[in-house]
Amino acid sequence: MKLVVTFADEETRDRDAVGGKGCALATLAAAGFTVPRTLCVTTEAYRRYLAATGLGERIAMALGRKDFADMRWEEFWDAALRIRNLFLNTPLPSNLREELAGELAPFAGMSVAVRSSAPAEDAVEASFAGLFESFVNVQGIETILDHIRLVWASLWSDRALLYRQELGLRVGESAMGVVVQELVAGERSGVVFGVSPDNPSLAVVEAVWGLNQGLVDGTVEPDRWAVARESGAILTHFTPQREACLSPAGGRVALIPLPTERADAPPLAEREVETVFALVRAGEELFGIPQDMEWTIHGGTLYTLQSRPVTSTGPDSDDLRPWYLSLHRSFDNLGALRRHIEEELLPAMEAEAAQLAAVDTAKLSDGELADAIRDRREARRCWEDAYRRDCIPMAHGIRLFGQVYNDLLRPDTPFAFMDLLVGTEMSAVERNRMLEDLADLVRQQPELREQLRHGIFPDDPEFGEQLAAFTARFGDLGWITGTTADDAPPLAGLIMELASRPPRPVAVSAGELTERIAAFLSRFPPEERRFGENLLELGRAAYRLRDNDNIILGRIDATLHAAIEEARQRISGRWSPDLEGLDIPGPGRIAKRVQPIRPNDAEHAAVGGPRVRVRQLVGQPAGRGIAGGPARVIGHPEDLRSFRAGEVLICDAVDPNMTFVVPLAAAIIERRGGMLIHGAIIAREYGIPCVTGIPGAVERIRTGDAVTVDGYLGIVTVATEG
Amino acid sequence: MNNPAAIRAIADLFARQTLAVLATDMGGHPYASLVAFAATADLRRVVFATIRTTRKFANLELNSRVSLLVDNRSNTPADFQEAAAVTVMGQAAEPEGAERERFAALYLSRHPYLEEFIASPTCALFVIEVERCVLVSRFQNVAEITFPP
Repeated sequence: MKLVVTFADEETRDRDAVGGKGCALATLAAAGFTVPRTLCVTTEAYRRYLAATGLGERIAMALGRKDFADMRWEEFWDAALRIRNLFLNTPLPSNLREELAGELAPFAGMSVAVRSSAPAEDAVEASFAGLFESFVNVQGIETILDHIRLVWASLWSDRALLYRQELGLRVGESAMGVVVQELVAGERSGVVFGVSPDNPSLAVVEAVWGLNQGLVDGTVEPDRWAVARESGAILTHFTPQREACLSPAGGRVALIPLPTERADAPPLAEREVETVFALVRAGEELFGIPQDMEWTIHGGTLYTLQSRPVTSTGPDSDDLRPWYLSLHRSFDNLGALRRHIEEELLPAMEAEAAQLAAVDTAKLSDGELADAIRDRREARRCWEDAYRRDCIPMAHGIRLFGQVYNDLLRPDTPFAFMDLLVGTEMSAVERNRMLEDLADLVRQQPELREQLRHGIFPDDPEFGEQLAAFTARFGDLGWITGTTADDAPPLAGLIMELASRPPRPVAVSAGELTERIAAFLSRFPPEERRFGENLLELGRAAYRLRDNDNIILGRIDATLHAAIEEARQRISGRWSPDLEGLDIPGPGRIAKRVQPIRPNDAEHAAVGGPRVRVRQLVGQPAGRGIAGGPARVIGHPEDLRSFRAGEVLICDAVDPNMTFVVPLAAAIIERRGGMLIHGAIIAREYGIPCVTGIPGAVERIRTGDAVTVDGYLGIVTVATEG
Repeated sequence: MNNPAAIRAIADLFARQTLAVLATDMGGHPYASLVAFAATADLRRVVFATIRTTRKFANLELNSRVSLLVDNRSNTPADFQEAAAVTVMGQAAEPEGAERERFAALYLSRHPYLEEFIASPTCALFVIEVERCVLVSRFQNVAEITFPP
């Protein structure tokens, strides 16, 4: 099979050879539609590249570490990033490179779009565009070849892995075609749906000024016309706030503000809306089913950029994958989201937490207390919704940064970019530093330790002052460890334990970090430096916010815990009609983000039968280093109270409110997988070895087991006798 | 090297197989493990790798004498006529510096997908200095090849 074909070649009628997009474009061109000049890189090129480089086996290794069924979506992203880095670091073999470069020579000195064209994509791709990657405004043969590899890598993107069943993805069988298309820098662009997903009698025309990349990734809101499919009459026109458009800039596309005359005018006149509608009707006639087409108008000519069938899959409320796809945001979109979170959402959340914390629940009547509990539950629900809506998508800033870092520096390890994300002044680190300061005082003054041992807080003024400052910001941690009035103060035990070992500093000094940042920025050409700085800042903000938002949410939780604890005390002594029916939980149940574990002793205790014990478990390396110690399995938040210095923390999932024990830990093992889970984030701050994504970690390892954690390879070894 | 056919057969096994069974000494008890291996062209050295937390690593720390089985069985009755197996005996040691680099390169040329594994500071690369090989073919034909020290 040829490596590169034109529309004149037979192969473009073969979906397996050129993929769905290439095939559709060839059909359009043959029928007389105006299509930009295009070359199709066949799936044969992908296969030859994999065979010659041994990359197929490496992809299989990257995906084979764990059963897909056990993988969280975050882990798909991690696996996809590993694979993408393999493609980045595996050059084309020279004969393949020369062949491709020769075939693509007509595009030398031209701007092109390099688009994915997978044989299997239509079924799902039509419903959820953007499973694979496409790049706009790519210049020069070398850069085109680079981007072809990136398109190939996207066959294994996190989004594609999510739809692996529908796509029939199989290492060793699946392949990717690539469409290389002359970039038509249209003045107006858009998308037209032959049939509206919401109303079968309508077609929808969407249009923006400039390139349609902004429309496709959601950065630019389009003008939208509803057109009657039957008559072609324009029924409605939605006018957005037109502010900016995407335009080619250097080797990228950039968002630029619209001049007033464009901001005030719709990109299409009514007559042009009719022309675009006629285009989609013609497409429907050609392919036999309604089409979803991307188009652009340049110098008065209407070009079709791509066409695929509209599938009429209504939203399936049980399928959360479209929600995950929506987390994929552009740089500009994330910038706006960050401002919203930092300037509005978190300050408002903090203000409410402070306001609630200022109310002394002991002074409330039973009726007022019942109202307070209801209000606080409602507050928590509202803020959790906001967290899910805005804070979770913000984490994409970390991913975006990581991807650009890898594209630019091509590091040996795909997660090297994490080294630039430490030391972001996370609240959890600040909290731990304040605790270390308190422990320092205890280390210096043995009499303080004596007082703490007896459960009384020392009368030392400096200690008292620091303690007050701590509790004002972070509470007494009792709401996390499920401490009740009958228990010893949770902070006393923690401070004593911290004082029992030497202080643990953060792993990376400010000087080291500054050096790393300078090295990263030096890779940008001077005119792109500002973009690099902004991207790094976005990545670091996203990383910090990912932890900090939980801490503030925790303060709302703490106020709820205080009110519930007050109610629990009252109803344990007497009957209160006002506090009836509030569903007051037992102690320790507020910190709901620790999943209670069901101990599974079957592996250990088959009476009379062979005894099976875990010896070695494989997860994902998430914090470099190797360390060992006795295991401490955290099954319930109360277990955090028993945590001793030098133990290995084993948990299902921790949130940032629980990471105050991390500086005590020799290493961390978490059931949840991913590089960006909170246990891993905080472990890296202290340089503590961390392995994540071990299914059943809390059930298969027992408290007291001697474990060794290899944070380089993601391997946990449990010592067994003999 | 007085048996060129046997040498060729061993070279063929080393070239075609990727996995071998390694036997180490666990306190007087043989301990067998499956390892990915690579051999030098002169058949005098066999390379394998393990992480430092494994039993075989602990065993090797105490006794570096090892045995290694490489075979081409296909798990069918034909094996009795067609399969060949070579038992390698020798002493394993961890090379350092440039030596390690050289053997790591050889190892990765056979197993490129183990790059991350080999790069980890927790991974130990061992080289067996081969002293003797015992080749079994056609069920009962046995040839013994010794290498001068």
